[in-house]
Amino acid sequence: MRIKLEKRPEPSTVMQFVTPVASVLLTMLIGVIVFDALGIKGGRAVTDIFLTPLLATYKWQDVAVKAAPLIIIALGLSIGNRAQIWNIGAEGQYIIGALAAAGVGIAAGGAGGGAIITLMILAGIVGGTLWAVVPAFLKTRLNVNETLTTLMLTYVALQVLGYLVGGPWKDPNGRNFPATAPLHADQTLPILFPGTTVHLGVAIALILPFVFWIIMSRSVFGYQIRVVGSAPDAARHGGFDAKQTIWLSLLIAGGMAGLAGALEFAGALKAINLGFPSGYGFTAIIVSFLGRLNPIGCLIAGIVLAVTYVGGQIAQTTVHIPNSTAGIFQAMMLFFILASDILIRYRVRFVASPKATPLPAAGE
Amino acid sequence: MSTEFIIAAIITVVGLTTPILLAALGELVVEKAGVLNLGVEGMMLMGAICGFGATVSTFNPWIGILGAAAGGALSSMLFAVLVLELNSNQVATGLALTIFGTGLSSLIGLSYTGFIVPVFGSVFPASLANDPYLKVIFGYSPIVYFALAMVPIVGWFLKSTRSGMILRAVGENDLSAHSIGYSVKGVRYAAIAFGGAMAGIGGAYFSMVITPMWAEKMTAGRGWIALALVVFAGWRAGRLLVGAYFFGILMALELYAKASGFSFLPSQFWAAMPYLMTVIALSVISMRDRSGGNAPACLGKPFLPST
Repeated sequence: MRIKLEKRPEPSTVMQFVTPVASVLLTMLIGVIVFDALGIKGGRAVTDIFLTPLLATYKWQDVAVKAAPLIIIALGLSIGNRAQIWNIGAEGQYIIGALAAAGVGIAAGGAGGGAIITLMILAGIVGGTLWAVVPAFLKTRLNVNETLTTLMLTYVALQVLGYLVGGPWKDPNGRNFPATAPLHADQTLPILFPGTTVHLGVAIALILPFVFWIIMSRSVFGYQIRVVGSAPDAARHGGFDAKQTIWLSLLIAGGMAGLAGALEFAGALKAINLGFPSGYGFTAIIVSFLGRLNPIGCLIAGIVLAVTYVGGQIAQTTVHIPNSTAGIFQAMMLFFILASDILIRYRVRFVASPKATPLPAAGE
Repeated sequence: MSTEFIIAAIITVVGLTTPILLAALGELVVEKAGVLNLGVEGMMLMGAICGFGATVSTFNPWIGILGAAAGGALSSMLFAVLVLELNSNQVATGLALTIFGTGLSSLIGLSYTGFIVPVFGSVFPASLANDPYLKVIFGYSPIVYFALAMVPIVGWFLKSTRSGMILRAVGENDLSAHSIGYSVKGVRYAAIAFGGAMAGIGGAYFSMVITPMWAEKMTAGRGWIALALVVFAGWRAGRLLVGAYFFGILMALELYAKASGFSFLPSQFWAAMPYLMTVIALSVISMRDRSGGNAPACLGKPFLPST
């Protein structure tokens, strides 16, 4: 008996839902096996990484705060990914968004309150958007690969951050440590539930997926993005401008990443130091894929990935594995979801004859 | 500037250049075959820990370097299977490989923290290698000479051999190469494995030559510089060497600005330069040639033959 793949007449809707869930479960299973093989208590590690943050109510606020930037960035990235525009520089746009918000905060000096906070958030959106202008310009004018330019600009953004927090924006009272001065209380985002760390950004991250869902399913713009991605030729005949799609998808992704950076800065961290860029911009790519580029999917996937971050910290103390181990699980989820993509487009058949028919999907 | 200073500076630049040159030579071959593997950083870290682990077990750095190559190549196969068998998105798969390699190397490295490994002996007689002046030519680790030797070898392979021609054909037009009867997947598997092995050796340069000990995330983003370098060099082996040393000088200036407070420009300026130069180089390449210059036409695209 051998396995044969048959192309489905239409992409499977069931598989759209089944594969992400299966990917997470498979990741947990393989995690147990691999960790046991490495001499680490696999069951305990996987439980702590995937379940403890959900079962321990006092960890929920950490999950919510970590999920917020992931969801917001992933929403923006999903639009580009749908239109086959590969922005992998969300991390840089996130950094510049946070820096722009910090700049407003510093310029405002002692002033605070709603107006200043709103300005900081807007500055974040503008900053992230501007950081995406260069790749969009180069892509539409000179056909320069946006994957490479967005990636390169991320590392430029990192250096801009290093320069600002180590130089002009360094906290004069910070014992010469490269970091901005912490925001004062009336420049930080309001806390939604007193006594927790759950800030306004979490609410924004909960609302935005529904806004994006309505835009993507109900508006001409949403239709345009879907058509350009799935049938570029049809899109051209339909009068949809490819360049406009590139501009919009890159700028929206940049703006969302910038928004996430501003919210993370003004809501969670309140100061920017060299550790501010923690890879959310890259992890959000996993969120976007695990959420199947669907806004509501991104919301759920963002929570799953946030759980692994929080769980990774728990496992660090309980089973003594490095914090970056959570990355193994995050990467495995992405591997599985990418591998299972094929199940959406193809049907697996078990055929009796051992005749060596080449797999169509395997590219022969 | 004293001669000693110049010699010390050259040695620093060579040390900074070697790992990115190795990783970039590997990635050049991968990209020439039409595949964009963004997992370089992850493969370098896997090479760094595997090379280190193999040296700890055998006390032989030569076996260690083979371990590094194997570690890099094996981890690249994860990427290869997904991309070639399941036609997964290359960008996302490559990123996943980097995240995976970073995490797995940290986990494996847990049991190797605190070890120090024996380093390579000199390939040249001690009188040359330790001479205060001649050491600038003869005093390096064998890996440095290996990296330099690989430049003309890779260049010659791509340009003048039949296999190299097939590899380029696969990268330029996979469907035609397939219809003539070449194995697109086979070529790409080999290229990706080579890229993984070279990245692995480049990573091992950190754990086996520079320090020589293991630290989490010790390649510190050099895998991304290597990726930039391939593009900056316009996908040519010769220019890759020049570009690698140019980037090496920029990295040395960054270190120097950081260490000495030498401040007519901040260290971050030098650190950002390789990336900015790459964006500019990409734009110039695209401006000169609308088809993307020397960039392989199939770079990053899935291979989807109709039958």
